[in-house]
Amino acid sequence: MTPEPYEAQLLETPFHARTSSLCSTRQWGNWSGFASVNAYTSVDMEYFAARSTAALFDISPMTKYAITGSDAASYLNRLLTRNMEKVKPGRVVYAVWCNDAGMVIDDGTVFCLGENDYRLCSQERHLPWLLDSAIGYNVEIKDITSGIAALAVQGPTSSAVLKAMGLVGIENLKPYSLTEFDLDGHSLMVSRTGFTGDLGYELWIDPGAAELLWDRLMEVGSLYGLRPMGSEALEMTRIEAGFIQAGVEFFPGDLPTRPDRLRSPFELGMGWLVDFDKGHFIGRRALLQEKKTGSRYALVGLDIEGNKPALHSFVYQGKDTEVGIVASAMWSPTCKRNIAIASLKTPYHKDNHGLWVDVYVYRELKWERIHASCKVVDKQFFNPPRRWATPAGDR
Amino acid sequence: MTPAANRYDAIIIGGGHNGLVCAAYLGSAGQRVLVLEAAAAPGGAAANVEFSPGFTVSGCAHILNMLDPKVSRDLNLASHGLKLSLPNLKTIALAEDGRHITFDGALATNDSLQVYSKTDKANLADLRRLLLRIGKLLKDFYGTVPPRLGTESWSDRIALAKLGWAIRRLGRNDMREMLRIAGCNIADVLNDELESDLLKGAIGFDAVLGTELGPRSPNSVFSLLHRLTGEANGIPGALALPEGGMGAVTRAMAAAAEAAGADIRTGSPVARILVENDRAMGVALETGEVIHADIVVSNADPKTTYLKLLGPQYLDTGFVRRVKNIRTRGTAAKLHLALDGLPEFTGLDAKELGQRLLIAPSLDYVERAFNHCKYGEYSTAPAIEMIIPTVNDAALAPQGKHILSAVVQYAPYELKGGWENARDEFIDTAIKTISAYAPGLEGRIIARELLTPRDIEEKYRMPGGHWHHGELALDQLYMMRPVPGAAQYAAPLPGLYTCGAGGHPGGGVMGIAGKNAADRILKDGKSR
Repeated sequence: MTPEPYEAQLLETPFHARTSSLCSTRQWGNWSGFASVNAYTSVDMEYFAARSTAALFDISPMTKYAITGSDAASYLNRLLTRNMEKVKPGRVVYAVWCNDAGMVIDDGTVFCLGENDYRLCSQERHLPWLLDSAIGYNVEIKDITSGIAALAVQGPTSSAVLKAMGLVGIENLKPYSLTEFDLDGHSLMVSRTGFTGDLGYELWIDPGAAELLWDRLMEVGSLYGLRPMGSEALEMTRIEAGFIQAGVEFFPGDLPTRPDRLRSPFELGMGWLVDFDKGHFIGRRALLQEKKTGSRYALVGLDIEGNKPALHSFVYQGKDTEVGIVASAMWSPTCKRNIAIASLKTPYHKDNHGLWVDVYVYRELKWERIHASCKVVDKQFFNPPRRWATPAGDR
Repeated sequence: MTPAANRYDAIIIGGGHNGLVCAAYLGSAGQRVLVLEAAAAPGGAAANVEFSPGFTVSGCAHILNMLDPKVSRDLNLASHGLKLSLPNLKTIALAEDGRHITFDGALATNDSLQVYSKTDKANLADLRRLLLRIGKLLKDFYGTVPPRLGTESWSDRIALAKLGWAIRRLGRNDMREMLRIAGCNIADVLNDELESDLLKGAIGFDAVLGTELGPRSPNSVFSLLHRLTGEANGIPGALALPEGGMGAVTRAMAAAAEAAGADIRTGSPVARILVENDRAMGVALETGEVIHADIVVSNADPKTTYLKLLGPQYLDTGFVRRVKNIRTRGTAAKLHLALDGLPEFTGLDAKELGQRLLIAPSLDYVERAFNHCKYGEYSTAPAIEMIIPTVNDAALAPQGKHILSAVVQYAPYELKGGWENARDEFIDTAIKTISAYAPGLEGRIIARELLTPRDIEEKYRMPGGHWHHGELALDQLYMMRPVPGAAQYAAPLPGLYTCGAGGHPGGGVMGIAGKNAADRILKDGKSR
């Protein structure tokens, strides 16, 4: 049956032939209009592959923009809150961008491929905003999402997998750097980036060579415990890493119908990405004002008593003062802690006494209400030294 | 010039009427003000032009119907030479057979209407009472800086409450009528109230004059109300002709500004507004000369001010979007004819030729004229507003000669195929249209000039050739004019202000935007 135009018609990524044959759970999700595997076989197995060996994740649906032209660097400096003048070719940076009110529209990574040659990757699509921000700049912005196939290889053996595949010297690639290799005549770009908070790489190639890349990785990877991972396992790793996710920790600038639901970079713990000294950027005046008057919220990590995930729970202080909400929560198998990322009203994030969450657990026709005390902690729950070591280790 | 001598408290970009008024107010408050005008003389779109040797005409605006009496008083324009040659101009809605209808600016009519309808005189009186009452309400809010929405500030809340209260105070019936018709189209309202096609056509045309609207477009009641907020010589809604043309008005304003201590430099187009540490700190002229000031006030339209003179790099994207989307598609062309004698109009005597003449025989006629414009064509039967200023002010033309100055609608800014090849055709069309009411006109023409919206854009530096620096529409008004985030005359960039028709309360030679901007600037100066 052909779907009607108003019905979902998910696109296939260049790896679809491979991912679909391996997805035995038949659990798919919609990632920016692409069919994306939620779980191939077992979420736990996939999660532990990412933490103990290596996991392979299809990131082709990630929105990708090519930004080029003589004003590309100054354009990005206007668009993003961080200073892009300092970013040299071969480097990748994490960045956020804001609307006029200084509220985050989205976060993403910017790849500096050469002088005035950038690639911006984000979860949501933003072409109208990017184009309108380019008025007055000599810059070309193209959505190249479908033009590039991309895979993430993440986990302690990821460097060894790539080495075994013939990427000579990959262990010397520094975190947030990128380099080029040749794969049977195809140009393969590799960046030491990822969303798991561990040692890991992202591989970018022409869609025509997508299956070649997949097959090569799976072939050499079998000796290193490489297995494909779906987005549910990835979600666990990103919470442990303390990364924020659009639509979870914040709602992208143009999505919410209620403008007060937006968050500023400061309210997301991204103040380090805001450079007031680089000249004007979008939202600068509003953010300066926020600096003066104070932020409404703070994004924090919570260490919660017990083992029941406190997803979307209220956070209280004292008897019944409501001070925030849990955005993401899980029992962390690696940290052996009941962790959460929560948005607290200021200044409650500072006073670490008397905080508790109200967890509701539904078990066999009964709600159980757990009053679990919690503490504000660094939200980077998982941050192993191997993530940062150069040369990268083999396991 | 020493650096000290080259430094001002305020630089005003653009010596049009609002820039001059703003300069006069700031000067009177003791500020050192410099007005930079690109053209050879100040006045902007309210200046005189010699379009043919010996023939001087008001180049763009040609009727004075909205000059604010407070501005006029504060600036003492009378002592600076402003005189009205005709203080309560009549409007004559022309009929081809000479059975014209006469009414004045405030829609008061005489027995000329009886030929068409027994009841219209009374009906019009009712409508006129309501429209003038609402116009008065609007007028009270024209002279104030609009509030901001969604703030915690008490002054904003009070301003909004005042607006609500003023509407409530109209009483149950008039309030209901105001809310009913304010966003309505003028054709529906006129068809409800009146019988005579000629009268409805004329009033309907007044409602859409200078706008990208037809009489059946929503919002056209508001544009009529805007006109009716005006006054001349204390008569609400009245139209007037200044002695010596519109140029005399801005000459008086320039004199008032200079008397208040402002310097006016002509022939000095500004290339850009200079910014340092996120603050406007002066301007660079096209010659490269740099002039510093504590604040910069732009009388240019919002698109020019923000996107060209300042540049998007100092602004946020949402704001740039809003400015880019201001509707500025001009539809009115200006026609100037030099005549070797007074033309003859069917059914009009020589004295009546000095009044304002309209060719808009019915609402359908005007709406049909507008139809063309929607699709990038000019009207084949345009609606026309004319004056022959030389009837009351002979000095504007050589002895015995006359000038006909007309606004011809519709002439779209974006004409299919471009204006270059169509200009003469359109002039011929306009002249043919007028000749139906004034046989023999063609034989009297010595010289002719047509300014299309493209020409008006180029000559008067108004994007789209739009008189009002942006369509006067409910979504581009008051706290939304020119755009939210700049509607209180202050730009998002500290130190930059706007004082032109692009801001509240909009176009028409009022001077209120200039006065309100000065109020805001002086208030900010006190708190600085």
